[in-house]
Amino acid sequence: MSAGRARAVRLLLPLGAPLLAVLLALAAGALFILAIGEHPVEIYGLMLSQSLGTGYGLGQTLFKATPLIFTGLAVALGFRCGLFNIGVEGQLYLGGFAAALAGLAMKSAPPLIALPVALAAAALAGGAWGAIPGVLKARFGAHEVINSIMLNFIAMALVSYAGHGLFQHATVRTAEIAPAAALPRLDALAPALRGSPANAALGLAVLVALAVGVLLFRTRLGYELRAVGWNAPAAEYGGVSIGRTQALALALSGAVAGLGGCNFVLGYKHWFELGFSGGVGFLGIAVALLGRNHPIGVIVAALFFGALSYGGLVINQRVPRELVEVLQALVILLAIGSQQVLERVARRMQA
Amino acid sequence: MAPPAVALRAITRRFGSRVANRDVTFELERGEIHALVGENGAGKTTLMRVLYGLLQPDSGTIELDGRPVRIPDPAAAMKLGLGMVHQHFLLVDTLTVAENITLGHEPHGPLSGYRRAAAEREVAALAERYHLPVEPGAAVSRLSVGAQQRVEILKALYHGARVLILDEPTAVLTPQEVDDLFDVLKNLREQGVTLVLITHKLAEVKALAHRVTVLRAGEVVGRGAVAELSVERIAELMVGRPIPPLAPRAQREAAVPLLEVHDLEVRDARGLPAVRGVRLDVCAGEIVGIAGVEGNGQHELIECLAGLRPPARGQIRVAGQTVSGRSAREHAAAGLAHIPSDRLRRGLVPEMTLAENLVLGLQHRPELGRGPLLSRRALIERARGLLDEYDVRPPDPMARAAALSGGNQQKLIAARELSRGATVILAAHPTRGVDLGAIAFLHQRLLAARDAGRAILLVSSELSEILALSDRIFVMFDGRFTHETLPSRTDERVLGLYMTGRGAEQGVA
Repeated sequence: MSAGRARAVRLLLPLGAPLLAVLLALAAGALFILAIGEHPVEIYGLMLSQSLGTGYGLGQTLFKATPLIFTGLAVALGFRCGLFNIGVEGQLYLGGFAAALAGLAMKSAPPLIALPVALAAAALAGGAWGAIPGVLKARFGAHEVINSIMLNFIAMALVSYAGHGLFQHATVRTAEIAPAAALPRLDALAPALRGSPANAALGLAVLVALAVGVLLFRTRLGYELRAVGWNAPAAEYGGVSIGRTQALALALSGAVAGLGGCNFVLGYKHWFELGFSGGVGFLGIAVALLGRNHPIGVIVAALFFGALSYGGLVINQRVPRELVEVLQALVILLAIGSQQVLERVARRMQA
Repeated sequence: MAPPAVALRAITRRFGSRVANRDVTFELERGEIHALVGENGAGKTTLMRVLYGLLQPDSGTIELDGRPVRIPDPAAAMKLGLGMVHQHFLLVDTLTVAENITLGHEPHGPLSGYRRAAAEREVAALAERYHLPVEPGAAVSRLSVGAQQRVEILKALYHGARVLILDEPTAVLTPQEVDDLFDVLKNLREQGVTLVLITHKLAEVKALAHRVTVLRAGEVVGRGAVAELSVERIAELMVGRPIPPLAPRAQREAAVPLLEVHDLEVRDARGLPAVRGVRLDVCAGEIVGIAGVEGNGQHELIECLAGLRPPARGQIRVAGQTVSGRSAREHAAAGLAHIPSDRLRRGLVPEMTLAENLVLGLQHRPELGRGPLLSRRALIERARGLLDEYDVRPPDPMARAAALSGGNQQKLIAARELSRGATVILAAHPTRGVDLGAIAFLHQRLLAARDAGRAILLVSSELSEILALSDRIFVMFDGRFTHETLPSRTDERVLGLYMTGRGAEQGVA
């Protein structure tokens, strides 16, 4: 086979599998819609036009996609180093809480100080929480999956306990943060998005995606991180400290997740609220999977899941909202399956 | 004249666009030993898999004793009297010899289950008949590699094989076991068994076979009586060009020890002592060869010298700098290169590109980027030069290492390690699984490195390689150096005796 064709397969394979998964999932979803007596084309058309076709809908989609970019990147960073960070939910939750605490504390600081400090607090809190399973893995070989899951519960409980004295009377939320620490809404820049909660956290997400891409593919550290993920004995042979790299990868993953909490806390409500994360950390696993652990893929996948999520709200009156969850699950299953199938096809073509 | 016992006629087999066998015709006379030779990937195994029913040809026919047959699967092949002894034995470790041999055809009574005594009797009789000493009641896991191979051969004979295909049967054996195997094979031939010997070791062809068929790139490029072909001629047919002889040895300089090992003890993965007190100096401009049956501590020794396994005791100095107990990175920084024995596990990240693999272990070199950044351009430029110089195919810096053949992966690792400017080079099985042409090339590279004043420690299970390259030779047995000698004063037989721990007792000097 020619080198050109080999390269084409190499480039198309990562695009083909997720696309196939989405199309198949939508086709299967169409059967569900038919089964409850609705018209699939109409429902999908409605979802599409409402989530992407109007300024407000687009804004909602972007808002929902923003934390998914962060959590997808966080999971992808772990995967690239051979680690499964299931603690993203807790890391994001703690990040949001830390951002709120910082925002509350800086009543008199100017925005140039208040906002960066609040963001740094989020990243530090998430990073510290991610570092715990990382260090446990490096020091004792304790499995990061177990520890990161468990730390989710601890994070929830910790915040509930710590928030006890902070929450407004008879609510489960804090007071509003200092305006200087808030992330501006996007409709200030793009009036078409008016009314939607999309905010500057989206820009931050894209910047972080860029940073993760540079880290993974352009730096010495990223090289070592990927080497550990793919073949740890070879990385060790290449002089890489496996434990240190794994701990660092989980800490960075947690920091990215922690920043994800800012979308809601600094960009939307301007306060911390119990249970605000609502599963975006877990959905990040699906985003990373569909996005093939690549920053650009993660952005696209997050937009897709964001649109699905908001589109699901729109069609709520005609089909049950569970449809969206079914679609999400199907996409995940098919993303895994179609990858295998396409790889086999590609091998056969190359053989 | 009787028709050939086996005839494969005009066999073509493709894998996608790659042609593994093109129009291959292969004939076996009854009662002969026929060598099927060729480089890795020449199509030997494919052809034999077609004969054994493991693959179906795209075109071509198979005849047994002049009758056309179809062989849809190995069960059909067995019924037709064909047997195959694979390179990797297919034995159940926990069962006995007799149980393994009779597996699938166990003698059993009308009501009873497996009849152990009957099975062991049958196996003993069969072993007697073919002069294949085995102990029917022994567990296979306790047998030596050579004995396991005899069990494999007996298994095929038990199933009625009259034509036996042996895939690289000597690859796993010690020299003495090779001698024993040759006796067995000659005996089988006398009993009328027809043998196909797949190999790339030409000395074996000369010693054993009557006729030889040479494959190159899926096509038959030569066949004939072994007596009429020289080893050089067969090698030339296999490779497609004359093989240059090894360069004459350059004058050695004054001995400066670059690798110094004192009183080294290393434990294996289970915590048991694997290297028990090794003392060794390797000087600038010399190659020290370590011969030994695999599993006698060579692996642990090399891993420890490379900093991948901590020493339990002792000291390692590289170019005068004590590195024992330090990290792999510090070993490398002191001037150490390492061609590891397990290329897929240690030596490469298969999913990474060739360019990326060529900087494994060099990722912190300042010339490969700026600050924390690695420069893609620097990686690719470096790769282009090295891929060209070491003739790695395809020379595409962005191809994944997993896509290369084993030989090319080995060349990729050699390219990286021999170009890193190290003063000490650890080379563990540097040519394992590599084509003849590439072997000659890698040998020349190692000799050139030696002539350039490097100190090279060579571990190999190929005694011919040890003898051809080394300036001094140690035999490693049970974690110790049991014998030191010079290549001019020894040969494969003597080394082989020491490798099995017998040399000292038998007083061989």
